[in-house]
Amino acid sequence: MSEGNKLVRMANQIATFFHSQPASEAANGVATHINKFWEPRMRRQFFDIVDNHGGEGLDSLVLEAAPLIHRPPPAEVPPAARAGNAAAH
Amino acid sequence: MPLVPEIDFGTPASRSERMVTLTIDGNEITVPEGTSIMRASMEAGIKVPKLCATDMVDAFGSCRLCLVEIEGRNGTPASCTTPVAPGLVVHTQTSRLKDIRKGVMELYISDHPLDCLTCAANGDCELQDMAGAVGLRDVRYGYEGDNHVKARNNGEINARWMPKDESNPYFTYDPSKCIVCSRCVRACEEVQGTFALTIEGRGFDSRVSPGMHEHFLESECVSCGACVQACPTATLTEKSVIEIGQPEHSVVTTCAYCGVGCSFKAEMRGEELVRMVPWKDGQANRGHSCVKGRFAYGYSTHKERILNPMIREKISDPWCEVTWEEANAHVAAEFRRIQYQYGRDSIGGITSSRCTNEETFLVQKLIRAGFGNNNVDTCARVCHSPTGYGLGQAFGTSAGTQNFDSVEHTDVVIVIGANPTDGHPVFASRLKKRLRQGAKLIVIDPRRIELVSSPHIKASYHLPLKPGTNVAVVTALAHVIVTEGLYDEKFIRERCDWSEFEDWAAFVAEPRHSPEETEAFTGVPAETLRGAARLFATGGNGSIYYGLGVTEHSQGSTTVMAIANLAMATGNIGREGVGVNPLRGQNNVQGSCDMGSFPHELPGYRHISDDATREIFEKLWGVTLNNEPGLRIPNMLDAAVEGTFKGLYIQGEDILQSDPDTRHVSAGLAAMECVVVQDLFLNETANYAHVFLPGSTFLEKDGTFTNAERRINRVRRVMTPKNGYADWEVTQNLARAMGLAWNYSHPSEIMDEIAATTPSFALVSYDYLEKNGSVQWPCNEKNPQGSPIMHINGFVRGKGKFIRTEYVATDEKTGPRFPLLLTTGRILSQYNVGAQTRRTENVVWHEEDRLEIHPHDAENRGIRDGDWVRLASRAGETTLRALVTDRVAPGVVYTTFHHPTTQANVITTDFSDWATNCPEYKVTAVQISPSNGPSDWQIEYDELARRSRRIRGKLEAAE
Repeated sequence: MSEGNKLVRMANQIATFFHSQPASEAANGVATHINKFWEPRMRRQFFDIVDNHGGEGLDSLVLEAAPLIHRPPPAEVPPAARAGNAAAH
Repeated sequence: MPLVPEIDFGTPASRSERMVTLTIDGNEITVPEGTSIMRASMEAGIKVPKLCATDMVDAFGSCRLCLVEIEGRNGTPASCTTPVAPGLVVHTQTSRLKDIRKGVMELYISDHPLDCLTCAANGDCELQDMAGAVGLRDVRYGYEGDNHVKARNNGEINARWMPKDESNPYFTYDPSKCIVCSRCVRACEEVQGTFALTIEGRGFDSRVSPGMHEHFLESECVSCGACVQACPTATLTEKSVIEIGQPEHSVVTTCAYCGVGCSFKAEMRGEELVRMVPWKDGQANRGHSCVKGRFAYGYSTHKERILNPMIREKISDPWCEVTWEEANAHVAAEFRRIQYQYGRDSIGGITSSRCTNEETFLVQKLIRAGFGNNNVDTCARVCHSPTGYGLGQAFGTSAGTQNFDSVEHTDVVIVIGANPTDGHPVFASRLKKRLRQGAKLIVIDPRRIELVSSPHIKASYHLPLKPGTNVAVVTALAHVIVTEGLYDEKFIRERCDWSEFEDWAAFVAEPRHSPEETEAFTGVPAETLRGAARLFATGGNGSIYYGLGVTEHSQGSTTVMAIANLAMATGNIGREGVGVNPLRGQNNVQGSCDMGSFPHELPGYRHISDDATREIFEKLWGVTLNNEPGLRIPNMLDAAVEGTFKGLYIQGEDILQSDPDTRHVSAGLAAMECVVVQDLFLNETANYAHVFLPGSTFLEKDGTFTNAERRINRVRRVMTPKNGYADWEVTQNLARAMGLAWNYSHPSEIMDEIAATTPSFALVSYDYLEKNGSVQWPCNEKNPQGSPIMHINGFVRGKGKFIRTEYVATDEKTGPRFPLLLTTGRILSQYNVGAQTRRTENVVWHEEDRLEIHPHDAENRGIRDGDWVRLASRAGETTLRALVTDRVAPGVVYTTFHHPTTQANVITTDFSDWATNCPEYKVTAVQISPSNGPSDWQIEYDELARRSRRIRGKLEAAE
């Protein structure tokens, strides 16, 4: 299973739990959970699926929660790549 | 340094609150009602001679040595069996008593060898002491008559004589030295609860017998050592004492095996460990032990221990020994290179649940302050992370709610997903003691574990559920309690949010949660489940003990919440005898979690995004901390396969063997550029390592462990680290190589830093522990004596939270290709991945992992007991030998994971708990078929393991 699919499965598993919770708390519950436990590169991959792949495979509750999930800062450019870029200029 | 003094009061303490005053030898003394005269005397400092009495077991009154005279009473009653009464006037030494005692000792000695000088108990023999105490000077009967001492009497074979039984690897039984005091038999019954020993024969024929006149090793004996400890002579003696001699000093320390955290006296001669003896004042174990803690310490001096740092460029190269300076400089350079090349977040670390709090704290500090990220995790990820999450949601803290003493006050116990007699044996003995006193037991487990039915223990209900249906079963229990009106409304109204309760009650009351509905997929008969629910709700103090059979599921966190719901609904929180009790696996898994080993939490379970908490550490450490959660172990491996995670520092953890889906773990490790393993041995993970840093054992360092009841216990160094450094020093030296200005000279300074930064540890210090022995956190201004019981006057989060727990079947389903469900567990004699216990004599009890399979399933497949079978899942396949038993239900198979050759985790999948990514070890769909031998993977892996253990200039390691 590719890492993207794994992420979809993890997000949907969280949604499955919150589906059973009172509707008023469900979307917020999913978002809080992902904000608390997902490292930025995981959330980056998540938003890639949401933004660029139409949220393919994601549970409706996950999509509902997406606006509440913190957008991570862009990936760090490693010093080596920065140095490489600088050298190129 | 002397031996740690321990007073034997002869009989157990009385719990009575009513006090009684009497006079013993002219001294007035006040003791609790029910105390024996023997104990009262000892409390006044008067040692009444005794042989068959010891305060670990009830009085027996057989040796006739402890007699006393009481004014106004006839005869000479035994002081051990005679309780105190107000106004008694007792004399412990009169001419009449002296004569009787001398006569009794004469009889004992007339049938006892007189080889005191060469006897292993010389210097530690109560019989010798008593002969001295009563002034025995000669034995009028001589030694020639009927006896158990000599192999031959006047050239004739002596049928009463029996040779020494040396079958147990750790102790010997020499019947010729036995005085038949029954202390061993009673210790086995009352302390351990195994009933393996008995007295066979009558009168002069009486002798101690394991089982039906068997050898110790072949009997039911579990080698806990209680009998050896109880023996007043050399009849039962540790082989190590026979070989080395009597210890000259001892040091109290804490066992490094399971989460019970037993206190032991390490009894030493110089730097040589003579034996480990459980410490009576240990609050977790109260003087008891199991075969692992008591005896299985031989790994600490095993020849396979690696004592020099090693590096290699590629994992296919042989290892090359280097100096510590070279190793540290190499790691520092590699980690900095990787971060330069791939970014700050491309490295991380794993703290060890086998190391001390102080060592764990340092590893997470190195990662957060030195690596500059939060990529730190610990083995709790794969065991009790759902406990942390679930209890945190319900109660506001991940803490287990009780101390172990609490079990003495319980009336109904639910044991779910735990097998305490194997996994937490000393707790199991304490539980069994309470059950024998009349407490009731409900077992929820797919297997018929030993507690379901064993000598003098019978569970009132066993709910043999299908693996993976915990949530359905616990919710069905709640259904019965709610719909039959058995909940504790007063408690709920006072302590919980009533509207949340109403919402939850309506949810569980839905007919689809009834036991009649759930029976179809849980396999638990509705009537049994209803009976269990009624018993738990109405039987008095109800407590729930659970283990990894709860957490290691895709709904692990949900089951923990369901358990919390059940405890709150029945009012079983906040006092002795009740509560939610996670039985934690490793010695310091509680501590490693407390110390901020999780990627989203700083020490004390405070989220990394909390500015105020980060500021405390930032000020002290002089760095800026990353406010985003880091990667968890499975996420690290995913990121490694993906190419964004390249370096890992692993302290005392063998993820290749212990984590699920071995192929995925090995792919992740193989994709990294610098894997640093710090351990005692070249473990399985080290097959993929580039740097090996030798670790130290718990005997070689100072520190603290925190057990499953949150008890902070001291670990004390009794010998010099063979590798040169305690593990905290190894981490400190590495941190220095990476440019961090650390300067700890003793672990107590690290604890001071923990206390200064973590509110739940505020008052903890080595001085405090020296004074108080141990303490259960939270220990702070509000709880200066610590917190044996949590949530006494309300929950940590305020109101207890009821949470709906919807059962969702796992994606891991049986079908035509994989029709059976595999679940995994442990065995008494082995510990976790076996790196320690496999390097001790414990292998005589469990030399290989076996696959338990029900006779029906075995017969369908043409499998006989002992046959090699192929075990396959969609993740992989392995082979091992079958054990045909009805302990597992049809459709379920079971194995342990103590041996690396078994490769049980090649079979387990990458499914995990929805909330915490804790792997679903306990449910894997599998197929079993006859096999001729090892799978291709096993053969390839063996070859890889052999190659990757080569050390330049040394012969190949033997394993």
